[in-house]
Amino acid sequence: MVNYMSPSRPSLREIWDWLDEVKDPEIPVISVVDLGIVRDVRWNNDEKAYGLVVTVTPTYSGCPANEVIKEDILKALQLHRIDRATVETRLSPAWTSAWISEKGRRQLREYGIVPPIPMASTSLMPQRHLACVAIKSIDAPVVPCPRCDSRDTRMISRFGSTPCKALYVCRVCGEPFDYFKCH
Amino acid sequence: MSEPIAVPQPDQSRFDFALRLADNCLVLGQRLAEWCGRGPELEEDMALTNIALDLIGQAQLWFEYASELDAQQRSADALAFFRDQNEFRNVLLVEQPNHDFGYTITRQFYFDSFHYLLLNELVASTDQRVRGISEMAFKEVAYHLRHSTAWVCRLGDGTAESHRRIQQAISDLWCYTGELFAPDTVDAEMFRDRVAPDLSRLQIIWLHQVNSIFKQATLQLPESIWMQTGGKQGAHGESMGYLVGEMQFLRRIYPDAQW
Repeated sequence: MVNYMSPSRPSLREIWDWLDEVKDPEIPVISVVDLGIVRDVRWNNDEKAYGLVVTVTPTYSGCPANEVIKEDILKALQLHRIDRATVETRLSPAWTSAWISEKGRRQLREYGIVPPIPMASTSLMPQRHLACVAIKSIDAPVVPCPRCDSRDTRMISRFGSTPCKALYVCRVCGEPFDYFKCH
Repeated sequence: MSEPIAVPQPDQSRFDFALRLADNCLVLGQRLAEWCGRGPELEEDMALTNIALDLIGQAQLWFEYASELDAQQRSADALAFFRDQNEFRNVLLVEQPNHDFGYTITRQFYFDSFHYLLLNELVASTDQRVRGISEMAFKEVAYHLRHSTAWVCRLGDGTAESHRRIQQAISDLWCYTGELFAPDTVDAEMFRDRVAPDLSRLQIIWLHQVNSIFKQATLQLPESIWMQTGGKQGAHGESMGYLVGEMQFLRRIYPDAQW
């Protein structure tokens, strides 16, 4: 077992690397670090509660992966003999797809999921008129096909197999594909 | 002697406030989940159940907060699964049966448009917990609103039959919209403490904006009629009993069951 108070305990840098091996249970090519879910890792030096504290910000409130991710983080830490660890949830600031790393975006693309395309309109808008929101629904982003790079694609479904994805189809190669929503 | 408060203390009004938000999300999520496997098309089946999932997730967050404020110290699960119908504090709108797709979309649009405006204010609440949950929920609800608004436009400005059906739903469900904005003592207290906005002010914005979307969709805003209220105080309609029965059945016959 790790001596938590010792200066020879694992460095936070090492721990971030270990967490980078924890994959998202629904999209097993991207790690919870690259998804931007892990927000902070620190040692709690309080004698009564010493140990490691990992802070996570969930993507979507109802995502069933949330619980699995917490368990997977604790399991990964146990593999490295850190068994005094807690996972804390932080809701604010809310998770945004802008937190996905460059490496993560590349991994999504290679897996066949188009990474989020930032649009000014999907960020928090200054004007809150409902009609603006309605019009934005027509103003969906141009999502290039991950197979043939064609930009001639269309959205089949605003909601996909997980809360974070929408479903598109390519008009050129005919292939349906997932798009990781800009959130 | 006053000490800094680290843990939320039992607070009846704030408990009621959080519970209402939780119950709205849970009951509407449960209603939407009834569409699972029965959607008019596969994509819509996924959409309705995705929205249900978001709402049930939000309900869980509000229940957790309500649980911390509860003088009886009930857990989030106990609040969801071991209260009877008359202890639920959701607005009447969300418990209305699915009926047809036009009704489901109209109920969703009425609620999403209210929910969106409300959360947009709650992100600036003086209550840090309310702020955190609302920040997360706001982004999800903006997406729900886009979906329901797009369908209101498609059905309203669609075929004669889709227009007739959604117009019927708009008129039939109209009497449940007043309650969304009818403040009682809990709402007044939350407004006084700047935890939540003034609901009557939100109503003016809501009416104006809903009307402009109905215009785009070639639909008529109903005339003002008698508004049904009582859900926030626990007086629910008959269909609510069936919903609660189905939702709680498993948990109640196996109260100690674990996943």
